[in-house]
Amino acid sequence: MGNINPFVIFMASIFTNNMILANFLGMCSFIAVSREIKTAWGLGQAVTFVLTGTSIINYLIYHYILVPFGLEYLRFIVFIILIAAFVQLVEMIVERYVPTLYYSLGIFLPLITVNCAILGVSLFMIIREYTLIQSAAFGIGSGLGWTLAIVALAGIRQKIKNAPIPKGLEGAGITLIITGLMALAFIGFSGIVNVQ
Amino acid sequence: MAEIVQTVLIITGISGSLALVLTLANLYIANYGECKIVINNDKELVVDGGSSLLSTLNEQELFLPSACGGKGTCGLCTCKILEGGGPVLPTETPFFTKDELADNMRLSCQVKVKQDMKLSIPEDLLNARKYEAVVEFIKDETKTIKLLRFKITDGQEVDFKAGQYVQLLAPPYPGNPESVYRAYSVASSAKEKNAIELIIGYVEEGLVTTYVHQHLSEGDEVSFNGPFGDFYLRDSDAEIILVAIGTGIAPIRSILYQMKDEQIQRKATFFFGARTQKDLVCAEEMYAFEKSIPNFHFRPVLSREPDDSGWEGDRGRVTDSIQTYIEEGIDQEAYMCGSPVMIESAVIELKKKKIPEERIFYDEFG
Repeated sequence: MGNINPFVIFMASIFTNNMILANFLGMCSFIAVSREIKTAWGLGQAVTFVLTGTSIINYLIYHYILVPFGLEYLRFIVFIILIAAFVQLVEMIVERYVPTLYYSLGIFLPLITVNCAILGVSLFMIIREYTLIQSAAFGIGSGLGWTLAIVALAGIRQKIKNAPIPKGLEGAGITLIITGLMALAFIGFSGIVNVQ
Repeated sequence: MAEIVQTVLIITGISGSLALVLTLANLYIANYGECKIVINNDKELVVDGGSSLLSTLNEQELFLPSACGGKGTCGLCTCKILEGGGPVLPTETPFFTKDELADNMRLSCQVKVKQDMKLSIPEDLLNARKYEAVVEFIKDETKTIKLLRFKITDGQEVDFKAGQYVQLLAPPYPGNPESVYRAYSVASSAKEKNAIELIIGYVEEGLVTTYVHQHLSEGDEVSFNGPFGDFYLRDSDAEIILVAIGTGIAPIRSILYQMKDEQIQRKATFFFGARTQKDLVCAEEMYAFEKSIPNFHFRPVLSREPDDSGWEGDRGRVTDSIQTYIEEGIDQEAYMCGSPVMIESAVIELKKKKIPEERIFYDEFG
């Protein structure tokens, strides 16, 4: 897969292969933190940043440490350890140097550790045999795509706050239905680019 | 074989280097150096930054009340941060009204010390001290409630108002790696300056209650700090209504000692709710108070006493007793201690009896 333009991968991971709406990864925080646009936007920023960082570092560790020693099967545990450590480090740096961002993200920052979209990106880039540049583009694009999806969902949820939703569907129920409709709508983009 | 060693080494190397990076980051990035805290424009403390304001003040022997031990759930450790507190966190907002937030009220367990700060703390909280003591005796009042007496060993005298509470420290014990504080009302007379008594019930999985009930024995060393709280007998001529359930008897017992010591003539009735006769904590003492306090009546009320037990006292809940015995139109004050549910329903009953809200004082279990 060494011949796809990184920009194409970037666009594809935002629209046609959106982490949430095409792969349904990172659903937990997607549903839990989409009540308000402001917090959704904050979490989106944090996810994008962590995705970019971890996809690059995981790429380097995988190709320069695990592959030479034939330890590919350890990638799950190594990736998870690295994501956890990276989030911790980011938390400390942000708290120290950008306190305003730290306070606006609050508990969402440590929550990212267990967001499966992050692990998903690292694993996909290995399976799809991306190069370093492609992986970086894939990481940034996936983060932006995730942000786009969660902010859009938060917008819709704010709009329907006062709508007469059937009692049994309130909360998570209607959110999952909306997510499904959004996924269908995003299929409309699939004609633009078609890469895996 | 070599493969196994190699794999282990590589995994160890990766996690080790990540741990090293984090440790270094903790040392250099999360290190806020020395910070200066000025309290009430008067007292100046120089502390190491980086941890929460509550624990930083604790290390400086300055004890803000806290029932949850710094988890941000009890909302007691409030103080005014005039400078250097940073923005208000989402974990703090539920505990304050808009006016309080505008007045710089914060939860000290949620605020980290990262820079020089200016605080305003009520003077009487600054009087809270730390005391070292030994367990003089432990008495089983009921199956799940113990009366403990702590003798202060560090030469200090404890000065509190009857009804106030102290915070007992449970050091780390098997099953609980961290030391925690929990609040308990003092049950003994305020006249005693070198010992206190606490009444502590067992709560399943409660960190400090487990420590007290399963790990503490006579002669052990303990430490507590205090006193705190604004639950004490107000000076007036009104009739006194006392209400408690279970271990809520503790502050009431202390108040009764005060009434006995000062021979207070005000008419007083104590409604004490329990399940059965066996659960009536300190009952003999209460009946004795009827003789030693001029106008005091003890009215226990039982909710689960078997019908054929020969119990001739009241049955039901404390709210039933309030309905039955309290008369409207008399100048009276209520003092209550117990679970939030009991307090809430008792306040409703007392209001029905036309007792104004500002004359109902209570101390809720955290």
